[in-house]
Amino acid sequence: MPTIKPSQAAQEYDVAIIGSGAGGGQMAYTLTLAGLKCVMLESGRDYDPGTETPMFQRKDQAPLMGAPTPDKHLGFHDSTIDGGWEVPNEPYTQSNDKEEEQFWWWRSRMMGGRTNHWGRISLRNGPYDFKPRSRDGLGLDWPLDYETVEPYYTNVERLIGVYGSIEGLENTPDSPPGVLLPPPRGRAAELLAQKHAKKVGVPIVPIHRAVLTKPLDAETIPAKLHPNNKWAQKIVADSMRARAACFWATPCGRGCNIRANYQSTTVHLPPALATGNLDIIPDAHAREVTIDRNGKATGALFIDKTTGREERVKAKAVVVAASSGETVRILLNSKSKRFPQGLANRSGLIGKYIMDTVGVDLRGHIPALENLPAHNEDGAGGSHFYAPWWLYREQQAGKLDFARGYHVELGATRRMPGGSLPVSASLVRGAYGSQLKKEARRYYGASLSLACRGEMIPNENSYAELDPNVKDKWGIPVIRWHWRWSDHEFNMATHALKTFTSIIEAMGGTVTSNRNKTGREVIRPGGKTKHEVGGAMMGNAPSNSVCNKWNQTWDVKNLFVNDGSSFVSNADKNPTLTIMALAWRTGDYIIEQAKKGNL
Amino acid sequence: MSIKNVQAPDSAKLGSRLSRREVLKWFAAATAAMQLDPIENLSLAATPVTSDKGYGTDPDLTGHYEPGDFWPLTFNAAQRQIVTALADLILPADQLGPSASELQVPDFIDEWVSAPYPSQQADREKILSGIEWLEKESHTRFRKGFATLKETQMSALIDDICWPPDAKPAHKKAAGFFQSFRNIAAGAYYSTEPGWKAIGYVGNVSLLGFNGPPPEVLKKLGVEQTVKSGPVFKNEIFE
Ligand SMILES: Cc1cc2nc3c(=O)[nH]c(=O)nc-3n(C[C@H](O)[C@H](O)[C@H](O)COP(=O)(O)OP(=O)(O)OC[C@H]3O[C@@H](n4cnc5c(N)ncnc54)[C@H](O)[C@@H]3O)c2cc1C
Ligand code: SF4
Repeated sequence: MPTIKPSQAAQEYDVAIIGSGAGGGQMAYTLTLAGLKCVMLESGRDYDPGTETPMFQRKDQAPLMGAPTPDKHLGFHDSTIDGGWEVPNEPYTQSNDKEEEQFWWWRSRMMGGRTNHWGRISLRNGPYDFKPRSRDGLGLDWPLDYETVEPYYTNVERLIGVYGSIEGLENTPDSPPGVLLPPPRGRAAELLAQKHAKKVGVPIVPIHRAVLTKPLDAETIPAKLHPNNKWAQKIVADSMRARAACFWATPCGRGCNIRANYQSTTVHLPPALATGNLDIIPDAHAREVTIDRNGKATGALFIDKTTGREERVKAKAVVVAASSGETVRILLNSKSKRFPQGLANRSGLIGKYIMDTVGVDLRGHIPALENLPAHNEDGAGGSHFYAPWWLYREQQAGKLDFARGYHVELGATRRMPGGSLPVSASLVRGAYGSQLKKEARRYYGASLSLACRGEMIPNENSYAELDPNVKDKWGIPVIRWHWRWSDHEFNMATHALKTFTSIIEAMGGTVTSNRNKTGREVIRPGGKTKHEVGGAMMGNAPSNSVCNKWNQTWDVKNLFVNDGSSFVSNADKNPTLTIMALAWRTGDYIIEQAKKGNL
Repeated sequence: MSIKNVQAPDSAKLGSRLSRREVLKWFAAATAAMQLDPIENLSLAATPVTSDKGYGTDPDLTGHYEPGDFWPLTFNAAQRQIVTALADLILPADQLGPSASELQVPDFIDEWVSAPYPSQQADREKILSGIEWLEKESHTRFRKGFATLKETQMSALIDDICWPPDAKPAHKKAAGFFQSFRNIAAGAYYSTEPGWKAIGYVGNVSLLGFNGPPPEVLKKLGVEQTVKSGPVFKNEIFE
């Protein structure tokens, strides 16, 4: 990817963007195609999915058969660089020794951030999800509603390409006709689960994922995205034509060198660079947003990791999109006389109300799936089906002991084996010899895992602050985490475990993990579901929020936060599509302000 | 029988990329030497790995790697012989495919126990002491090294340790070893293309469309394909 060195940066840019992931990528796309000059600081190294993605590599070609290690937490072939639960040279700390009060922070340091390996699950928040407090009196409402964000969801889906179906389910928005790409067919276990889950009232339908099940229509989409801007249309059309459709092999978590799924590095950054309006500085670790005497943001101070030197870029506006925990860190570290508590932190709310997704998993053995004739289930490199939350009525009627919903992700494929015994030891027991080989064949693919992905309600005990003692390699104070789940989350997890057990049993199977456990016992620790949001939430007044409905901070008018940090709630819907939709919307707002000469 | 702490052959030299022929040559010579005192050569359990460097947080992901590429290997001839015999007992050549050793499984196990990461280090201790136990037990019961036993003899021994819940208290530790060993051996076996064939994995090839399960699978499960629309489903392999 064409990048520049700090010394090659222009005198001043219209906008400086910190972070190149989903939020930063979308921002760069929107602004540069409207003609604004942008500089992007990315803490990680440059990364080229075209040449660096292990597509067809087998596990026997990787060290330790690709098994996870402390160097590569999701296995050797996972695309994450310099990342995982720990990042070289950038520690973080916990306020508490108790494991259940600790937060696991997943980061990556590479061009495109976590979008290179994310699960590509792309769900819209529904109307209820923007107004949770109005519905149940808990948490907070967004200063936005679904109708306001809807056009941006549509834009993003058109641009990145998302497969899915139209189902007409409650608070599970359908996209306008023609926007989604066709969903892939169901796999054996997914179809079997779909059939039997109905008996216990759980609707299983095609999921939405950012994977091209057919090429994007480069003839018509660009004009819909950029009406009245032929130049932008051409650039976007060219970029769309450079993306191939999925070829139904290779796990998406490795990245995709044919650009068939969404990564910032294959979808957002190439057209942004093609405008000639974007300079990207990699290995640029932002330390502070700088301000002038009037309290306006003037750019960013960063460490050039290749030299260890401090450098600066200047810009008329600054967008921080470094992933929510890191955005909190940058703002809190941007201290000045005017902002002694950190930049844009007059409310004292920066770092507050950190949320993750409620995660709990259960696995079952399904005899009906044993000894199936060998067939190819690689599919679209991730799940094809899921169950959106289905008990809104019961919840409103007060029949459940938790307030918010969860969706169910299905893990069921005859996926590439290797790395460890590919079937459960509890099934093959002491088998060895030809018997083991026969039983491995019999049980391979005969299990189903069900994962709860649920909404956490923000609470006072889950927040991030600066550690007063610990600094990273460059002397920058690090984040210290505080964490606690509430009973809502524990009860939700218990409900999910019970539901999953009944699905497995309805399929004629038996539960093989987390049998008879409670949510409190087996809920994933905070952060472990890797959907960290919050910390700079939006609201309708400077007293109760950090930014307004444009993701613009109340205290500093030319400063914006465009990752998950502005989230007021964390619906069960995975966050990234919403991060992108809001970034596009903020981008449009910045463009308008620029036109009015307000930057 | 005394178990002495003998020095492993210099694993750094053994390390990267011995040619297959060299290994075999060296292996044959060592095997001949071993006839004298096989157990002598096994006590490596306490020896830490020789390298503490892993592959780092930013390795080239597209490479095609072999055991020994990132860190030196461990097994000496005696250990290798036992590992090979056990791996082939667990995953023999049969109508489902080749034997473990034909697929280089012992090399993968060696790579595993030689890795500097904590979980592999824990397995190292288990595997190396397990091999030693196996050899000793074989001598006690059959007055022969494990690798030279008849298959029925091997099985008699392994049957005592193959499933921890059924193992006698005296065999619990060895049973734990067997589980770890089988896990790594099967992990390696099924990582290979012949392993895929053996288990019925037929993916990792690019296709023009995704058909979902074939009709006989749908029939067997009593389900219908509920997603009807979609991409061109020609299912022609073009690679
Ligand atoms: C394994 C996994 C699976 C996931 N699956 C899904 C899914 O299926 N669906 C979904 O919606 N979400 C999923 N997520 C979450 C998703 O990855 C994030 O929501 C999304 O990437 C957030 O985008 P972002 O731009 O805020 O942050 P990121 O993508 O993390 O990008 C932030 C960038 O900022 C850079 N940066 C950080 N600090 C600095 C600094 N000080 N200076 C300069 N640059 C900096 C980082 O290096 C990084 O490149 C998953 C996450 C993980 C880890
Ligand atoms: S499954 Fe499809 S989208 Fe995913 S990496 Fe493979 S080719 Fe790309």
